[in-house]
Amino acid sequence: MGNKQTTFTEEQLEAYQVMLESEEQRLHGRFRELAPHLVPLDYTNNPDVKVPLTLIVTMPELKENPFRERIVETFSEDGQGNLSFNDFVDMFSALCEASPRELKTIYAFKIYDFNRDNFICKEDMDKTLNKLTKGELTAEEVALVCNKAIEEADLDGDSKLSFADFENMISKAPDFLSNFHIRI
Amino acid sequence: MDSVFNIDIREHIPNNPLLYQPPSYDSLLYRRKSSTIGSKRRSSSRGRFGSLNSVKSGGSTIKRQDDIEKSLLEERPVRELAKSMKEKRAVRDQRSLKAQDLSDWGQWRQNTRRCLKRLKDNAEDRLSSLKLWRSDIRQIEARFGTGILSYFSFLRFLVVLNLVIFLLMFCFIMLPIIIIPYTSANITQNDQDHGSVCSVYPSSTRLGLVIFHEHITDLLSGGGFLEQTYLFYGFYKVDKIQYPNGTYNLALAYLLATIAYLLVSLIWIVKRSATGFKQNLVKDEDSFQCFCNKIFAGWDFCITNEKVADLKRSSLLYELRTDLEEERIKQEKAKRTRKDKCQIYSLRLVLNVFVMVVLAACFYSIYLATTFSQEQQRKQVKVNFIMDLIHEYLPSIVITLANFLTPLLFSVIINFEDYSPAFEIRFTLIRCVFMRLTSIGVLLFSLWSQITNCGEEPCLCGYNTALYSCWETRVGQEMYKLTVFDFIIIVAVTILVEFPRKLIVTYWKSGLSDWWGEQEFAIPQNVLEIVYGQTICWIGAFYCPVLPAICTIKYFLIFYVKKLSLIQNCRPSTRPFRASSSNFFFLGVLLIGLSLACVPVTVSVAQINSSRACGPFVNYNTSWEALTASVMELPHGAQTFLYALSSEAFAVSFFVVSCLAMFYVIALAGAHKRVISQLKDQLVMGGRDKHFLILKLLQAQRLSQAQPRASGSKSRSRGSPSYHTSFNSDFPEGLLLVHPVPNSSTQV
Repeated sequence: MGNKQTTFTEEQLEAYQVMLESEEQRLHGRFRELAPHLVPLDYTNNPDVKVPLTLIVTMPELKENPFRERIVETFSEDGQGNLSFNDFVDMFSALCEASPRELKTIYAFKIYDFNRDNFICKEDMDKTLNKLTKGELTAEEVALVCNKAIEEADLDGDSKLSFADFENMISKAPDFLSNFHIRI
Repeated sequence: MDSVFNIDIREHIPNNPLLYQPPSYDSLLYRRKSSTIGSKRRSSSRGRFGSLNSVKSGGSTIKRQDDIEKSLLEERPVRELAKSMKEKRAVRDQRSLKAQDLSDWGQWRQNTRRCLKRLKDNAEDRLSSLKLWRSDIRQIEARFGTGILSYFSFLRFLVVLNLVIFLLMFCFIMLPIIIIPYTSANITQNDQDHGSVCSVYPSSTRLGLVIFHEHITDLLSGGGFLEQTYLFYGFYKVDKIQYPNGTYNLALAYLLATIAYLLVSLIWIVKRSATGFKQNLVKDEDSFQCFCNKIFAGWDFCITNEKVADLKRSSLLYELRTDLEEERIKQEKAKRTRKDKCQIYSLRLVLNVFVMVVLAACFYSIYLATTFSQEQQRKQVKVNFIMDLIHEYLPSIVITLANFLTPLLFSVIINFEDYSPAFEIRFTLIRCVFMRLTSIGVLLFSLWSQITNCGEEPCLCGYNTALYSCWETRVGQEMYKLTVFDFIIIVAVTILVEFPRKLIVTYWKSGLSDWWGEQEFAIPQNVLEIVYGQTICWIGAFYCPVLPAICTIKYFLIFYVKKLSLIQNCRPSTRPFRASSSNFFFLGVLLIGLSLACVPVTVSVAQINSSRACGPFVNYNTSWEALTASVMELPHGAQTFLYALSSEAFAVSFFVVSCLAMFYVIALAGAHKRVISQLKDQLVMGGRDKHFLILKLLQAQRLSQAQPRASGSKSRSRGSPSYHTSFNSDFPEGLLLVHPVPNSSTQV
């Protein structure tokens, strides 16, 4: 924080190739803001620092998102939600406006797949719906909606959504690209 | 026994996770490239296939270099791969290793490509930061979501459009006249009927001692000192201008500029709505997918404000409940008996007739108001300042009142007509659009009936000279008044209604404030307001060339007024307006306004005799004659060509060809829909085929392992590290795959 300039080597900046240099520095500033005692200013030695889930979900961009924990878990290497700086940059670059549709579809599937069995089954959908509405729908309504949704998207008739089903459904959702992005 | 087709399902086959693995990004790319490139060796870009490559490549090194070059140049940038940062770096290192094999030419090409791409990204970034109101709109988007954002970007589009129209009019009409004193130019005005009664144009500037409030009346009504200025058509009493270099035909320029601004608006709007239309067509599939869309693509990830998040949640809830309700209604509808249907249809008929009657009553009152107002102005009856203004503004007042009351009436009536909720909203909107835009048409019609009505005998000059020595200016004044009044009403409603409402609801808790509630930013009504203003601008620009500039300033100010009102007073509507379809809705209504605006302009240019006392078309019967007269001065070849274009033969054949094109496109659309459903079926079949094949594969594997161990160990050793599954490393059967699945470390 403050006026200190974060340092990267030329090679590291090249390696990211994700965003412009100014954005890179800004992201590091944000990363450091979350845990200033953990994250060093000097990244030239590639320190292995991970910020825990509980701190990352306090970010203003993620604070109001009902899926914030799932998002962070998906992008973490250990699946527990502890992000290194690489993962952090990964997360925001995958969810940024310029990110291609296929990438977003893949990550969306991973996020909505709560039990990580590569299917979005009824329980996953129940959990998604409850997170979305903060439990304000009755159980009956939730069951109805999930049934209808599976009916709509399930192509191979196994009453759960595989990635192919999900991809096909999302390609026809007109709001997906404009809604599924985070501004940082 | 054919064991190929019989898979014993009772056999215990472990659930192989490979069956259901989402395709990695690489395999997606592979699928895409294999359909376009064919047999190119794309594998050189994947580092993992390195060993495989060296075994398989038998061709010359030059051929391999070419392939590498091509594949390097065609592959996607590293950042778009769905891998973790470590893997991205690994891929990038491998690519740079490969790049070193390239010739100097190839390397230079690659470097320039990369540099150009970076330059382009930077330039786009800079350009988008120059867009008008970028930060304001971002602020609005963050707090209120994408629905309301589309309203404000629509407003921004109109500001720019009006500016362009004004520049068009300025450059071609006003600028030549302005620079006359600075260049030694002569004006040619052939006054054919000089001295006749038709060409008398009394000056309207006030003489003698002018009371201050009369200036204000003039300013607000476009009369008095404003009448004979650049503002109105009547000032441009110039036919041709003789410059030292050549002649400038101002009359023709005036006509062509009008046609040009209508065309420019049309093309720009159609271009903008092309994307919205495509999305809307896709949205028609929405009735098959409405639940999925809301669950998986419903949450706006940009939201950072707690209140907005609550609102989004409640609006999603509302939408889901509405959809469930629609399902229920659909099922009920299917159960309707014949008697019920008759009842409902007759009720709808009665209500529609009632709506027509109400509309007719409104239009008649507008007609009466216009005639009354024109009479009062003619008689020059001066009661006092306020009454004068009211007389001037009577048509505008009546139109605004009608536009305020009829939507309320429509929303009450629609409840009795028993439509589905989505259709209700759309139908009410259509009725409101119709009301708003037709009221302008009625106003113009009543004006024209006054202008071309000379009492018992036919008009001497083609129009009523006694009352309207310069009728175009009068029409321009009416349009000017409508614009000004519209602006005043918008600002006044915001200040005098919305702010007090907010104050009452916040500070005075009572039954009234609970029932009234906080103001909602109703997008459809606001959009209709500004489309109404824009239609007036299009009609009025012919009679009042400065009107587009006035409209630019008006929309500029409205942006800030609305933004302030939104942030201070409004809570976002619980009936959300979808961003994808709203763009199409706005531009669709704008197109209706444009087509409606073309009609009065066309009629007045082609049918009604132009004024003899003012304006650039003094020497012609109608404004259109300026064009025909210039065409006659063109060389013979061009003349014949243009006459051929305007002949009936051409018109009929053009019409027939357009009809054919339209039918073709409609047939194509129908065919595409059928293809889509077929492809859907194919997808299902593909999934089942995959399942079947992998089961067969497993079965075959198990059979081969039942044979002596010697051959089994060979198959084991072939399962080298470069082929591995990404899941269970202790998976008992080493599965041989053609393209191994790369390890994705984000999956546990």
